[in-house]
Amino acid sequence: MAVVEIRNLTKVFKEGTPGAVNNINLETKEGEFLVLLGPSGSGKTTLLRMIAGLETPTSGEIRIGGDVVNDLSPRERGIAMVFQSYALYPHLSVYDNIAFPLKAQKVPRNQHKQKVEWAAGLLGIGKLLGRKPRELSGGERQRVALARAIVRQPKVFLLDEPLSNLDAKLRASAREELEQFHSRVQTTTIYVTHDQIEAMAMGDRIVVLHQGEVRQIGTPKDVYDDPADTFVATFLGSPPMNLLEFSDFIVGFRPESLVPEDVIPGSAQVKFRFRVNYVEYLGAERVLYGGLEGVGSDSKEIVSRLSWTMPTGYEAGKVYDFAVAQMDLRFFDRQTGKRTNARPRPWQ
Amino acid sequence: MAVADRRVGLLMFLPAIIFIFLLIGLPLVLSMVYAFSDARIGSTSFHYVGSENFRSILQSPSFRMALKNSVVFTVAAQVIVIIASSALSIALASPFRGRRIIRFLILLPWVAPISLGAIGWKWILDSIYSVITWVLVWAHVFRPYGAPMWLGEPKLAMASVILVHCWRLIPFSTVIMLAGRSAIPKEIPEAAAIDGAGFWRTEFLINVPMMLPIINVAVLFGTIFTFTDMTVVYILTAGGPFDSTQTLPNLAFTTGIQGSDLAAGAAISLFLVPVLILIAYFMLRTAHRAEVV
Repeated sequence: MAVVEIRNLTKVFKEGTPGAVNNINLETKEGEFLVLLGPSGSGKTTLLRMIAGLETPTSGEIRIGGDVVNDLSPRERGIAMVFQSYALYPHLSVYDNIAFPLKAQKVPRNQHKQKVEWAAGLLGIGKLLGRKPRELSGGERQRVALARAIVRQPKVFLLDEPLSNLDAKLRASAREELEQFHSRVQTTTIYVTHDQIEAMAMGDRIVVLHQGEVRQIGTPKDVYDDPADTFVATFLGSPPMNLLEFSDFIVGFRPESLVPEDVIPGSAQVKFRFRVNYVEYLGAERVLYGGLEGVGSDSKEIVSRLSWTMPTGYEAGKVYDFAVAQMDLRFFDRQTGKRTNARPRPWQ
Repeated sequence: MAVADRRVGLLMFLPAIIFIFLLIGLPLVLSMVYAFSDARIGSTSFHYVGSENFRSILQSPSFRMALKNSVVFTVAAQVIVIIASSALSIALASPFRGRRIIRFLILLPWVAPISLGAIGWKWILDSIYSVITWVLVWAHVFRPYGAPMWLGEPKLAMASVILVHCWRLIPFSTVIMLAGRSAIPKEIPEAAAIDGAGFWRTEFLINVPMMLPIINVAVLFGTIFTFTDMTVVYILTAGGPFDSTQTLPNLAFTTGIQGSDLAAGAAISLFLVPVLILIAYFMLRTAHRAEVV
């Protein structure tokens, strides 16, 4: 186990173009599950590949367990990585795939069998050891890749979107397994994903990346409840945070905060006239799409998300009295998009 | 409609069928007939003689020498070609400045007609005008007039023939290997690097096994090209000195056409058929396996 520290890390692929990773600073905690979250092109995979040693930084420093590893090859860094495609060796059996890191690191031969069986047992693939990768399902391949990563007990795990090749149902169960797996082995893990649900569910902390820069680092609750800027506010949450633009600032609130007036105690209310244009019924919740009358521009789409316990009977085309609790409003600077203090409201 | 379609289809196929029949089928059948006869150029006598031709060529030292040489040339050339083209494919796989021009230059020997290439090499290895000798004398490796005769001494002549075969086949083999290498997903060698494998381990435990089907194809093609080729030997040494570089195709030509003994020539060339059929069988099988994997 070890801490990964990143200091002023930059990667520019082609001179004169914007960097894929720009001056990033971050530090994991011991045994932490850190998620790098961002849309495609945000530099999260490049960052992970630099930590792994597959990509050379343009500038900056990477430390693993206190040692600068910039000039070390991947094999010398004591890391293990699971690739998006799993990158299993197709001509080797599951056993030989898992044993490969042991052979490569010259672990004495008589320990191979026991270690492979330990890793395979941990992931429940003991019965698959004789098979070839092409005879495995997606979920089984993912587990083999994990077993291959864990077999030599690395200091740090790097996972590059390991669930994205699984179908939706399998993804949920694989996510849960990964969480349990991490709590059992307690190895510092850096996990790359573009899926905010994965990030929220698994991460001890989330690093939100955009255009090669860190936008926010925090617990899932921090980044969801207190986004540092409008990018984080709209990237996390589905549907995203509603943003109302005014002359010099932006007000945001989550769709689930916009609820019928009588749900919120009177004193804390911020009232809105909500015109419903379209209702989406999703079983456990209803999503209302519409606009606020008399606030901001009327054309701006505003979303309300009502759980099934809330009053029903909203119809498209009608206007209702809705409200947001005072404490659920978030204010951002119009110019920079960064969070600011609460401002007096220019409406009502 | 269907009948008309079939006729059009047949019509389209006809040139290929005629071509194969006239240029491959007919000579093959003819050589089989000749091999069991006493046919000679300039003679009208034509009798069935059974396996007499085969018995006589098997007793001929020239034939045994040629058979041995054919095998030696093919095996030696293939070993060198596979090692060299593997190394080249590694060097040319990752991008660097001037890679395109180097790829083009490496492919050139394959594009040039083999006869022209062989004539070029004949001059390069010539006993009087050889540039290699000239350079070695200039560098004081040999005294003037003391340099070896590249095509005039049995061992050197063999080495020269093998070298020219390699020169000819390396480009072809490199192109096949490059294709095989680029078919390996980028993450696999990366995973090997992270798992702790160095260059040699990644190469021999991961890349080469994954490329094996395509290496087989390169080897089998190369084997057929070398085994059936007579141009290089014919132009460089004509089989000499003292049959030391004689090969089956060249011997068949000199015996059957130049030596007028059609029957013996046919019998010699037929000797190649079982070997080639076996190679073709393996070639098709590996090609099929490569498709399945």
